[in-house]
Parts: sequence; structure tokens; C-alpha cells
Amino acid sequence: MNETKYMNPYLAGFLLGLLLIITIFITGRGLGASGAVKSVVVASVNTAAPSHANNQKFYAEYNTEHQGEPLKNWLVFELVGVVIGAFISGLISDRLSLKFEHSPKIRSTTRFVAAMLGGILFGFGSQLGRGCTSGAALSGMAVLSTGGIITMMAIFGGAYLFAYFFRKLWI
Amino acid sequence: MGPLVPDIIGNELNYVVALLIGIAFGFILEQAGFSTSKKLVGLFYGYDFTVLRVFFTAGVTGMIGVIALGHFGLLDLNLIYVNPTFLWSAIIGGFIMGLGFVIGGFCPGTSFCAAAIGKTDAMVFIVGLVIGVFLFAEGYPALESIYKAENWGYVRIFETLGLSQGVFAFLLTTVAIVAFWAVTFVEKRVNKDSNLKPIPVYVTLSIIAIIIGFSTIFLPDRRESLLAKVEKSDVSKTADIELITPDELTLRLIRNDKTLQIIDFRKKEDIDSITLPNSLPMKIEEMFDKDSKKILSKRSKDNIFVCYDGSVAKKAALLGKELGYDNIMVLEGGFNLLKNEIINFKDYSLSEKKPDDTHRFRAEASLILNEKIAEAKKNKAGSETKKSKRVIGGC
Repeated sequence: MNETKYMNPYLAGFLLGLLLIITIFITGRGLGASGAVKSVVVASVNTAAPSHANNQKFYAEYNTEHQGEPLKNWLVFELVGVVIGAFISGLISDRLSLKFEHSPKIRSTTRFVAAMLGGILFGFGSQLGRGCTSGAALSGMAVLSTGGIITMMAIFGGAYLFAYFFRKLWI
Repeated sequence: MGPLVPDIIGNELNYVVALLIGIAFGFILEQAGFSTSKKLVGLFYGYDFTVLRVFFTAGVTGMIGVIALGHFGLLDLNLIYVNPTFLWSAIIGGFIMGLGFVIGGFCPGTSFCAAAIGKTDAMVFIVGLVIGVFLFAEGYPALESIYKAENWGYVRIFETLGLSQGVFAFLLTTVAIVAFWAVTFVEKRVNKDSNLKPIPVYVTLSIIAIIIGFSTIFLPDRRESLLAKVEKSDVSKTADIELITPDELTLRLIRNDKTLQIIDFRKKEDIDSITLPNSLPMKIEEMFDKDSKKILSKRSKDNIFVCYDGSVAKKAALLGKELGYDNIMVLEGGFNLLKNEIINFKDYSLSEKKPDDTHRFRAEASLILNEKIAEAKKNKAGSETKKSKRVIGGC
């Protein structure tokens, strides 16, 4: 383990907290991630199946809220920034490399299926729960939103609850 | 002052801000080690609690910062986005996300960080995310009833629990500190590290954090505390409120005094039935809003506060003083006195009483003022004022 390369977690958390304060002070809203994925999905459906997008409630509601331009969304710009920022960080700390990471005890196909399934569940859950770890849990905690804090407890509580059954994937 | 969007920073510039904030967000997450699933799921198996440390520290810092900004009046907490609470979707959605977390090893934000530095497993996770969102979108008609069930609105946790904001913040800070010490102990056990001696720096930081957390109890929301203070004050004894008599106000109104601006605190239906000239409706709790600030802070204007009998207007004037407005006067006796003495002026010159100057003035003024009131009512129709809305955010 070469953990020394990473920033002290309390310092990182403090900086992240400051960033959150600055974000709320400037924009009146917190950080997020899954919302950008939603924008991309809606934009794709708009292009691929415009009639479906008009008829189906989810897309129609979203398109009305965004005046028909789903990609012109704060979170999309923010998430592009996340990718750039993480890349810069990886470059500085010499962590850039193409790598399919998984526990040595499982095969890469297992990890592939697990990553895909985990993504599907997280994507689905983030829509139902109105936000993910960033938008609902972290930002919700900063503004003391009841819903955000319930979602946070459910995410981490749920993960602990199910962790035992999937331990073979990790340890 | 805050939020700066949309008044100080325009909506277009906000996209640039989003990009910059995103860069900082991605950089911090990657530096913290959130770009590897192994580190991310560590907290669920006890070998690495980095996520809990970063997450909790960030959340508590953010919370205390927002409370402090609100207390010092730098951020209007009524305009910021508070995630709405829909009980069932929050719980069920959260559980599904938790399941996705232990199976996939990422959450959305961290998967993009990991993908950015070349983790292909994270890219697979992102493909999964897109599919998951798509499945939800397609299933939305069937899921809508759960999605929208048990809507509690924009409630905040301390309200739900019946605590004050500061007490909750202190409790949460304390829980975080206790959790940090507990998980460090667990982590050392799991990783077979026998060195359990506490690091002095962390002891100091913990104490500082708890003191800061405790001090939030004395940082109530400025809005709530000022409203409470004004509500408690005995306005009948307050000498430092400037008053204006109905006669003086009427004189200035009929002279078309442009420096005059009436702020009417009466109920909407009463304002609609008799609208005073140059007047704007306001409620006492709206005085904190940005829109009200634009109205009340006009340098060249005298703000005349009007309510029914003067008592609410006096409280509003005290609040105005607290908020830093120094050009406020209160109509003595309120609208009721103005109405009795001038608007509904009763001419008694025909009776035995000898009319004096005041009486002659009121007789004349009543006619002009009533004309002006009719005019104001006509102008009012069709002109609705624009209001600042709460920021829409969320994922």
C-alpha cells in the first residue's frame, strides 16, 4: 500500500467542505454528479427517439424544466470539470494509467459484471432518491435537508447491510 | 448578499463557475484517494475509513459554514436549494444506492474521477449508471407513485427533530468526532496495527472541532433571531422610532413628493380595496429578501411604514433598523387613523363647531387623497411584482 501518496483525509474533507460552502454561497446550490448523467440520458433519448421523449412523462417533465436543452445544465458543466480536475490530480500525483482494477481473488469478468450491475443500481437509486452521494447526501447534509440526511443514512446503512454478502468481491 | 447567482453572477457565467467548481471537486476527490474502488468500499469492511473521514469532515465543515454565513446575513438561507424530502423514495433509493455501492465499488462522482485517471472498471460502472438512469426513466410512469409519496416538502432536519439548528449542528459535529476515533480504532484492529496511541495533533483538532460545533448554538439563523427579538420588543416604549402624522403624510402625498415611498404592511385584500399612492405591499418576514432590499435601500426615498394601528409597522421599523435601513418613518396611528381623520373625513363645519385650520386642511386634502387612491388602484391592476425564487438544484 502506498497510501502516503494520498492527501490526509481530514484535510481533504475540510477542503471539500470549503468548496461546498463556496459553491452554495455563489450558486445557491450544492455539488452533484448523478444529475449530469440524467441530462445525458435525456439528451440521448431526445435525439434517438424524439417522439418517445415527447410522450413519456419523465423526459417531457425534464425537457420542460430545461427549456428543451437538457445538456445546458449546471451539473453537466460541473461534471466535465470533475473529469478535468481528477485528470490534473492524477497527472500531478503520477497516477495516470489504464487499469482494470479488481481484487486478485476474483476474475476480471466477475468485476466487469459487478461494476456494471453496481452502476445500474446506483443510477436507478439516484433517480429514485433524488440525488447521489454528492447531491443528496453531502450537499443535503450541508444545508441540513431532512431528505438528504435520510438518503445519506440509507446509502451507508444499506451498504453496510449488504456488505457481508458481497465481501468476496473485495476481501 | 449570497447566493450570488443570478443577481451578481449571471446564468451564463454560472456555467463557467460550474466548470471551475467541478475541477476543484474532481481534484480534491482524486487527491483524497476516491479514484479507486478498493479505497471506497474499505469502510464497509473495516480496513480503510478514508471515505467516512473525508465525507463527514466535508459535511460538517459545509454545515457550519452555511450556518455561519446565514447568521452573519451573508447568505439568504431562504433562497438556497434545500433537497426536498420524499420519505419513501429517499429510503428506498438510498438502499438501492447502498447496494450498488458495495457491488460496484463506486458512487457516481467518484466513478468519474477514477475513469479520468484511466480506471476502466470505473468506465464500466459509468455505463451501468447510464443504463440505470435510463431504466428509471422508462419505468417512471410505474414508479411515479413511490417517487412522489410522503412529500414533506423542503424541511430541514432540526425542524423534523424539533431541535434548534445550533444544537443539531453541535450533536452532528460531536458524532463525527466520536466516529473518527472509533473507526480509527476499528481500522487498526482490522489491519493488525497494535499502535493505539492517539496522535496529539488529532486530539487538538478534535477539541477545536467540538468547540466550533458548540459555538454554532450561539449562531442562530439571523432571520429567526431578529424576528424573535423584534416580536418581543415593547414598541410602545421605544423612543427611537421616527413618526409621521396622518396630516403630514397627506400633505406630502398631495404635493406629489417623489421622495416618499409607502410600505404597506396590511393584508393583501385590504391593500387591494384601498391602495395608498406610491405604496408597495410587504410582509414583515419579507424584509430579509433581496427584493425588499432593493426597495428599502433606495437612498433618496423616505420609507413610510403603514399597518392598521401602527404596532406592526413599528416592529417592522425596528427590524429595518437592525437590517441597517435608516430612512424609515412610521405612520402614527396607522392606516386606521389616516382613514378616520382624512380618507373618510366628516365635515362638521355645518354644525355648531367652528372649523379650524386643521379642519379646513383635512376637508380639502380628503378630496385630493381619495382621487389619488382611486388612481393608485387603477395603476396597480396589471402590474405584478417579480420575486426572487429559491434556487433549483439537486441531482
